[in-house]
Amino acid sequence: MAESFSNSSNAIDNMDNEKLRKALLIRERPKKANAITNTLTFGWRALLKIKYIPEQLLDVTVFPIMFLLMFTYLFGGAIAGSTGDYLQFLLPGILVMTVVTITMYTGMELNNDIRKGIFDRFRSLPIWRPSVLVGALFVDAVRYTIASAIMITLGLILGFRPEGGVVGVLLGVGLLVLFSFSLSWIWTTLGLILRSEKSLMGVSMMVLFPLTFVSNVFVDPRTLPSWLVGFVDVNPISLVVTAVRGLMHGVATSEQIAWVLIASLVITVIFAPLTMFLYKNKK
Amino acid sequence: MKNKSTVKHRVDEESATIINDGTTNPIKIELKNTSFVLRDKEPKQLAIEAKGLVKKFGEKRAVDGVDLAIPKGTVYGFLGPNGAGKTTTIRILSTLLKPDDGRVSILGYDLANEADEIRKRVSLTGQFASVDEDLSGLENLVMIGRLLGFSRKEAKERAWELLSAFALEEAGKQQVKNYSGGMKRRLDIAASIVVTPELLFLDEPTTGLDPRSRNQVWDIVRMLVSLGTTVLLTTQYLDEADQIADRIAVIDHGRIIAEGTSRELKASVGTGVFQLRLKVPEESERAEEVLSGKLQTEIHFSSTDSSAMSAQVTNTALVAEAISELTKEGIEVIDFSLGQPSLDEVFLSLTGNPPEEKGSEGYQERNHHTEGGG
Ligand SMILES: Nc1ncnc2c1ncn2[C@@H]1O[C@H](COP(=O)(O)OP(=O)(O)OP(=O)(O)O)[C@@H](O)[C@H]1O
Ligand SMILES: [Mg+2]
Repeated sequence: MAESFSNSSNAIDNMDNEKLRKALLIRERPKKANAITNTLTFGWRALLKIKYIPEQLLDVTVFPIMFLLMFTYLFGGAIAGSTGDYLQFLLPGILVMTVVTITMYTGMELNNDIRKGIFDRFRSLPIWRPSVLVGALFVDAVRYTIASAIMITLGLILGFRPEGGVVGVLLGVGLLVLFSFSLSWIWTTLGLILRSEKSLMGVSMMVLFPLTFVSNVFVDPRTLPSWLVGFVDVNPISLVVTAVRGLMHGVATSEQIAWVLIASLVITVIFAPLTMFLYKNKK
Repeated sequence: MKNKSTVKHRVDEESATIINDGTTNPIKIELKNTSFVLRDKEPKQLAIEAKGLVKKFGEKRAVDGVDLAIPKGTVYGFLGPNGAGKTTTIRILSTLLKPDDGRVSILGYDLANEADEIRKRVSLTGQFASVDEDLSGLENLVMIGRLLGFSRKEAKERAWELLSAFALEEAGKQQVKNYSGGMKRRLDIAASIVVTPELLFLDEPTTGLDPRSRNQVWDIVRMLVSLGTTVLLTTQYLDEADQIADRIAVIDHGRIIAEGTSRELKASVGTGVFQLRLKVPEESERAEEVLSGKLQTEIHFSSTDSSAMSAQVTNTALVAEAISELTKEGIEVIDFSLGQPSLDEVFLSLTGNPPEEKGSEGYQERNHHTEGGG
């Protein structure tokens, strides 16, 4: 594909001086774009990346489906007595796990941009600086929503019957997307600090793997040894799973929801400014 | 001509030449019989003015007391080997990096306090591709246009205009990762002039390009400057600085070790290498006599080829005389070349040390002539 035009005949590759002159003669500068336009433009960029690299969506489709099928049919009987019952319990948990795992993408993209020259270009433009990040994070929110939709559809086919109804499911997804949005700021912070994409991936796996597995995603913590229960209960992933599960089945307490909101707020308040600070002062 | 404002000359093009090469403030006008010089009331405005610029990375002083005064409307070249501090300086000047010390004013705006004003007027094309390789060329330019405030339609129009001016129309919808090096570089520069800037930084714009692509980049730079943009570019090649820069700063270890036009720099180095080969090796002794007489310098014989000899020359005008002298004497020369001083020689002469590292082998340029029969 590359060769098709890089080896093209000279005629195509020749610059036309008159055209060049005309193009360079134009010097008017448009009115400065506002913060929202900037953010939308970066959002558009992130969407284009999904268009060109659809493999990105693999993580939000194939893996969660695999997990869901595997756990439901492999352990459903053993853990909950029947696969149907287990699915009611497991689906919200797997949903949280999937979405939380893909929060690290923005950090990785950012890390990628920094190592290439494009980061410098963005920083030398007269734009609202956070827009680079905020735009990308919004697209991530789109990604989280796509992943959620796929999972829930599959769940419904397999027999997932949320007692909270449509409203409960939507609220659950909304809360999850909100939490994930705030969590992304941690990865953008790390994306600015760590040297390579790989090390970011390593660190995030190291954090997320135990957090998602030693939680109430797969099993009811009451079946666990007591020393583990202590950890599972304060694990923020557990808090999110409890609230999302509660919302979908219509049994969430306002206390459970409040915990997630507080956790999101705390994470954002710490890591969003930290990201911006590092971003501005990056060498 | 005591009071120039009262003097009115009607100057038509036939009778006068107006000389203003853009680098000098006085405008010289030559009439048929007389010549006089007009001076602007104010000296030419500076695009970049820097005093005592310092940037440290830990213990290392990457930029170590750089002063600059770059007039508007010129091409200014930073010439230096790997690690000299070229990129660091450019990153400071384009608001990406805060200096540890020094004062900078860009287009009259203070770097420390008016970075936003500077960003509006300045563009940067970094050393490494500063475009998104996953997107197409068109999408890259539209994105920059949108960020700068064009409407979707305007951004698209501008993008196609640039793509077509830079001979990228065919590839406009292809992902940039499939572009050749030269195409990538042109797109990169196009992205910097979606709104034509007053000042453009180009960090090693031609490193790794073939001669054709290099010429295209030079064409773009020349066109930009002819339309009023100031360009600051970095390069590792004396040849390039020579071709395109009005003035050159030679940088090493974070310091400017020499500054001037390329002619001044070469003159300061002084020597070039003159090499020639005779048709008949036996005539070499007679040739040596003629040459050393003309060139007033020692002639070296090649250890491998008894018909080849070389000399360091300070005054290149003498070379032509020496050649014709040889011809007069009936000594046939089959091949000769006069080399410009290489960057190595510039460094050697300026610092007494050769540059520590070399980027590539392309430092030396030789104007090579081959004579058919002599
Ligand atoms: N972010 C950084 N952290 C630490 N040291 C740095 C950093 N950036 C540059 N340096 C050091 O500062 C010195 C100057 O680097 P710089 O990139 O400005 O050189 P350069 O002239 O652009 O070289 P090149 O021709 O290789 O691009 C080098 O020794 C480099 O190792
Ligand atoms: Mg460099």
